[in-house]
Amino acid sequence: MKRRSFPGGTHPPQHKSATADTPSEICPLPPELVIPLAQHVGAPAVACVNAGQRVGRGQVVGKPNGFVSVPVHASTSGLVVAVEPRPHPCGAELPAVVLQPDGDDVWAEEYLTQSFHVLTTETMLERIREAGVVGMGGAAFPTHVKLDPPHGKTIDTAIVNAVECEPWLTADRRVLLEQRDKVLTGLEVLQKISGARQMWIGLEDNQTDVAALLAPHCKQRGVGIAVMPAKYPQGAERQLIYAITGRRVPTRGLPMDVGVLVQNIGTVAALTDAVTRARPLIERMVTISGPNVVRPRNLRVRIGTPIAHLLKHCGLREEAAKVLLGGPMMGTAQHTLAVPVLRGTSGVLAFRRQDITAPAGGSCLRCGRCVAACPMHLLPTFIADYARRDALDLAERFAARNCIECGSCSFVCPAGIPLVQSIRYAKGAILARRRST
Amino acid sequence: MEFSKPLLTVSPSPHLHSGMTTSGMMGTVVLALLPACLVAVYLFGLPALQVLLICVVSAAAMEVLWQKATGRRVTVTDGSAAVTGLLVAFNLPPSSPWWLALLGVLLAIVVGKQVFGGLGHNPFNPALVARIVLLVSFPTIMTHWSAPQPGRFFADAVTAATPLSEMQATVTLTGSLPQNPTGFPTGYLLGNMAGCLGEVSALALLFGALFLLWRRVISWHIPASYLGTVIILSSLFWVIDPSRYPNPVFHLLSGGLMLGAFYMATDLVTSPLTGRGMLLYGCGCGLFTVLIRLFGSYPEGVAFSILLMNATTPLIDRYLVPRPFGMSRTGGLP
Repeated sequence: MKRRSFPGGTHPPQHKSATADTPSEICPLPPELVIPLAQHVGAPAVACVNAGQRVGRGQVVGKPNGFVSVPVHASTSGLVVAVEPRPHPCGAELPAVVLQPDGDDVWAEEYLTQSFHVLTTETMLERIREAGVVGMGGAAFPTHVKLDPPHGKTIDTAIVNAVECEPWLTADRRVLLEQRDKVLTGLEVLQKISGARQMWIGLEDNQTDVAALLAPHCKQRGVGIAVMPAKYPQGAERQLIYAITGRRVPTRGLPMDVGVLVQNIGTVAALTDAVTRARPLIERMVTISGPNVVRPRNLRVRIGTPIAHLLKHCGLREEAAKVLLGGPMMGTAQHTLAVPVLRGTSGVLAFRRQDITAPAGGSCLRCGRCVAACPMHLLPTFIADYARRDALDLAERFAARNCIECGSCSFVCPAGIPLVQSIRYAKGAILARRRST
Repeated sequence: MEFSKPLLTVSPSPHLHSGMTTSGMMGTVVLALLPACLVAVYLFGLPALQVLLICVVSAAAMEVLWQKATGRRVTVTDGSAAVTGLLVAFNLPPSSPWWLALLGVLLAIVVGKQVFGGLGHNPFNPALVARIVLLVSFPTIMTHWSAPQPGRFFADAVTAATPLSEMQATVTLTGSLPQNPTGFPTGYLLGNMAGCLGEVSALALLFGALFLLWRRVISWHIPASYLGTVIILSSLFWVIDPSRYPNPVFHLLSGGLMLGAFYMATDLVTSPLTGRGMLLYGCGCGLFTVLIRLFGSYPEGVAFSILLMNATTPLIDRYLVPRPFGMSRTGGLP
């Protein structure tokens, strides 16, 4: 066990007790599933079914489009009622396959269980891609791409990210507790594919009970458990790598540049299903919590379930005033409850009117709290100021593009300045300018 | 669609806030200054209370008046005017006449702060601007100290010299330090010496400073480097010639060093942003404080040294930029 961390960061209230020790439940099927074709980083899938067509559970409804792309599957058996733009968590309406479950929930094909030991790396990677496995921590980057580094890059350390530093969320914790065998098999698959000599599971020290439960199994497999102080954003890739290995991922580089591979715990569990049973990723653990939820808990949710269905299942105290997908620090506020759960959705948080705090935007006190909190060692107040004045050259010179948008600066700002929003704008504007010139 | 009720609030992340606001920070500073206020009233009686009240009330009033007159949003509720008013009072002699206090507040709020655009935009610590302008304009009144008379609230003022002015006068006259300064060191610690209203009791100021550090309104960098530099430099001189230069404990407890190191130099607006910048800034404050105290024409150098370092803050922030995480030592910033 190790106890290290990273410089900077903040300590938001955790609120994890609401769901941490409640066993997860299976979420009943909704009357309608909305399965977007864009659920991952990269090119969206291309629909390969039409309205009126019957599909089986796990059947491919969207084909991948290019290498950095994955197929999309039907989460249950039923009737395709439409392929049309539907509200997507990103805020726009994007093409989705709308599925009416028939209630039978029968698999499209019979799958056999097979030990991964007999499979080649290529077969495993192919199965991972076919299963549509993407990073389930939120970024939704196709896993087969990450597991297949270009020539010349070797992975010596694989880290399983179970840090879950966002308040309220406990989905990773429940996966570790309830699907331990899947996680452990997934670890072996990960080791075989990546060839990593060192394996770590990263946890925060509010999960010491989980660490204790895992310890004997990990010891047997030579997997280290790194318990780090609970601090936001400990789960951010670069901060996690630094805390466990002491290596700093270069500014424009990727973890593979320092020989590290990071996978979310949910992804690792999904690898098991994908490789040993060739089952697609059609279900995930989602935390339903927040002060507006009557029975906060984790649900095993079919991909494409509208969040209105989840909130109805767990009960709302009053009409929702604000609903987030993901955690409160980096999650996105939704304008409609019709948006579905995606492969990268870790939580649904509902708030009442009185829980919404909008800090009044005053002028900068130059207190330096944002500077002390920034895990990337930037000067958020300067960059945000340049961004507001559209001084993109200065913003870039102060390394605006290094920002990981964790929101620590806005969280601590006593004047309530939306710093990370301004920096996000600067990043976008700098990129747009580069493209146009 | 039945789900799409247009009633959901949408805002950019993060959707949480630490809860520490500008007014919360200012309120914390006021709380931290309270022990020193109580000690001042206990030692210097009703005149001190009068100065404190005039300063705080008029600071708030002047901020409101100025912002109304110039058509700006009135921001007096952020509490920064009250803090500035308190700090102006702390930097005045306890028996200051009412007009001196009013003038000081006018200088601090209007000339020191509002003409630059209000909170967050002033380059110099407003309370110190007031103190220095008053000191050079009214040197007699500003160096007319009354002796502390603990618990005697209605007593007539008795003139006395501050430890630093006494030291300077004796050194100038005789070439060596005064023998056994009265009340050193326990009296100094408790505040039983002549001096500015708020600077006398190191103990009360330390008590409040611990509270500020605990609430993380100030960080340790500036006080540590400021006091550290003063201790190291004054020890050097003391070792060279103990009969000519006072010992570091005397430096620490006399004059406005405690007030300066914990409450004036740490002023958020006028001090650097980064930890390294703060350390450098604190060292500069300490260096100039010792130099002015030992070799300057004024007995006390805290106010001057902090103002001097305020002027360097933009430069420090500009050139001591932290290296972004993951950026190489060479491929860095300007």
